[in-house]
Amino acid sequence: MTVSLAVFLAFVASTLAITGWAARRSRGASAYFAAGRRIKAWQNGFAVAGDFMSAASFLGLIGLIALQGFDGIFYAVGGFVAFVTILLVVAEPLRNTGKYTMGDVLAYRLRPRPVRALAALSTLTIATLYMIAQMVGAGALVALLLAGSGIGYNTAVVGVGLLMMVYVVFGGMLATTWVQIVKAMLLMACTVVLTGLVLRQFHFHLLDFFAAASRIAYHQNGELVMNDFLRPGLRFRPPHGPLDLVSLSLIFAFGTAGLPHILVKFYTVPNARTARNSVVWAMVVIGSYYAMTTILGLGAAILLGPDDIVAHSGTNMAGPRLAQALGGDFFLAVVSAVAFATILAVVAGVMISASTSFAHDVWTNVIHRGLERTPGESVVVARLAAMAVGAAAILIAIALGPGSNVLILATFGMAVAASANFPVIVLSLYWRRFTTAGAIAGLSAGLAATLALILVGPDVMGIDSPGAMSHHLIQARPWFPLENVGIVSVPLGFLAAIAGSLASRDPGAEASFDELVVRANTGLGAERVTG
Amino acid sequence: MEPRHENLSEQPTQHSDCGRIASSKQFKDLLAVKRMFIIPALAFFLFNFIGFAILVGYAPKLASIRLIGTITVAYLFALLQFVLGWTIAGLYLVASSRFDRLTKDVLAQVDHLPMDAPPGDGE
Repeated sequence: MTVSLAVFLAFVASTLAITGWAARRSRGASAYFAAGRRIKAWQNGFAVAGDFMSAASFLGLIGLIALQGFDGIFYAVGGFVAFVTILLVVAEPLRNTGKYTMGDVLAYRLRPRPVRALAALSTLTIATLYMIAQMVGAGALVALLLAGSGIGYNTAVVGVGLLMMVYVVFGGMLATTWVQIVKAMLLMACTVVLTGLVLRQFHFHLLDFFAAASRIAYHQNGELVMNDFLRPGLRFRPPHGPLDLVSLSLIFAFGTAGLPHILVKFYTVPNARTARNSVVWAMVVIGSYYAMTTILGLGAAILLGPDDIVAHSGTNMAGPRLAQALGGDFFLAVVSAVAFATILAVVAGVMISASTSFAHDVWTNVIHRGLERTPGESVVVARLAAMAVGAAAILIAIALGPGSNVLILATFGMAVAASANFPVIVLSLYWRRFTTAGAIAGLSAGLAATLALILVGPDVMGIDSPGAMSHHLIQARPWFPLENVGIVSVPLGFLAAIAGSLASRDPGAEASFDELVVRANTGLGAERVTG
Repeated sequence: MEPRHENLSEQPTQHSDCGRIASSKQFKDLLAVKRMFIIPALAFFLFNFIGFAILVGYAPKLASIRLIGTITVAYLFALLQFVLGWTIAGLYLVASSRFDRLTKDVLAQVDHLPMDAPPGDGE
């Protein structure tokens, strides 16, 4: 496994060089938080893709498709289509009305202190869920790949944590963006080669490939079964499965458009038109990536077989093991190193959004009422916040251990984004009567309902059968039947925000609506390029 | 009372322009043209994607019908989501060149144009 280590160290060395270069270039808050707003459309497109395609979409997704066929493919489709909502509803107005965070958009019309405080709380909650998921994934990957080399789970978690702290603390958004661009390109290159290797096994006859995917034989509860992996129903089974699937589709349709670490990327470009073009670039990259993962997942099911995947180190390793089977140890090393790069880039993106929100929303605007007492203070606070957030994530990831489910934690984060953030962002941008009370109600109801329903749902509550692989935190029958809470929590977030608005008046918010609409649509008065 | 519009505090002169622009015919045209594209596109997308989830979840027999070789309705519908997403993005790019022209008209009303509006380079 020394090749893997060499490739990985080469990536780390080049990203540290990027960070050094970015640290010399960044001066001032706009440079640190928004890369000086100088990122080009194609660059931001790749950076958004690199920010979004996480351990869950590389390691988790391929394994899910390899074990559950079409129902795993639904996750691939959902990850992509989310960007239609971002393109049509969010990206351009956000670029024009905000400065550094999601809270900026809400504070534009509403009373800044309460909405910023809640927006920051929601941002930090999502960041924690996302970051822990990535770090657990990184630790598990190292533990499996470098087993015997003396590098264990805890060392890997600490290493990943420290590296992303270096990117964020020293390089800010500029370094983070370039790390994400490089990562997205590496991941795409690997995926193209791996897809080619899979299809070459079928002499590039697609129909032969899909014919093989329609008869996958494996053991289930000790019996040999044969399933068609192009048919739905292996994961989302009655009675609750279909509703869970519809619920998941709501989370996908709205969740990504409320993810703080994705939204802040649109502040790094010079204007709304570039933001728009960068979403289209991201859609090209992310769409082709996810379309190829359907081939990789089915390919793993055909060429390795579900039995083999379950027997050898679980679902998360299906992709790397497929690479080993088709391209040998060298390709396994490359793919594993790229998987690390993927995790590092996402973690850095999540971390900078969290520390920016703390510094800009909480410190500068809530605690000090929008006044920066000394120049550059917010950047110092953001750097300290990044270190604190990183340290907390390292400790929680070590406490949770390598067994926790990576994909589920990430989906929880997206559910919070869909239920708490998305409703208030949309209403703030498009509804004149929206009020501060409405935003407070929407954010708190969406956040509380999502977390509460997950806590009483089947992922946390359940009775473990003796010898079962999974362990439930609370040994009781779940009170809420669905794993994906979006079908309840998303409408609840919207209803609370609307009811709260109708029950209150906010003349200031109504009066400034015209101003917001003009600014959102024309860019008049929007933040300029600096540095 | 807490301070409002912290973002605008850096450009206080534009406050009055905004009211004037908001009530102008050019701006109302811009919003109408944008709405005419965005609302149907978004409605179609949501209808189609959530419909896809409903079909797969509640009509697994229908979704399992094989259309080309062993490729099922469900898989083709999944691929169609990618094609539709890219198509909507492409159409939006075409439509938005018109939005940008109309935005230029709107901004032409403002006496002192900000330095980097109308939407500038970056490509």
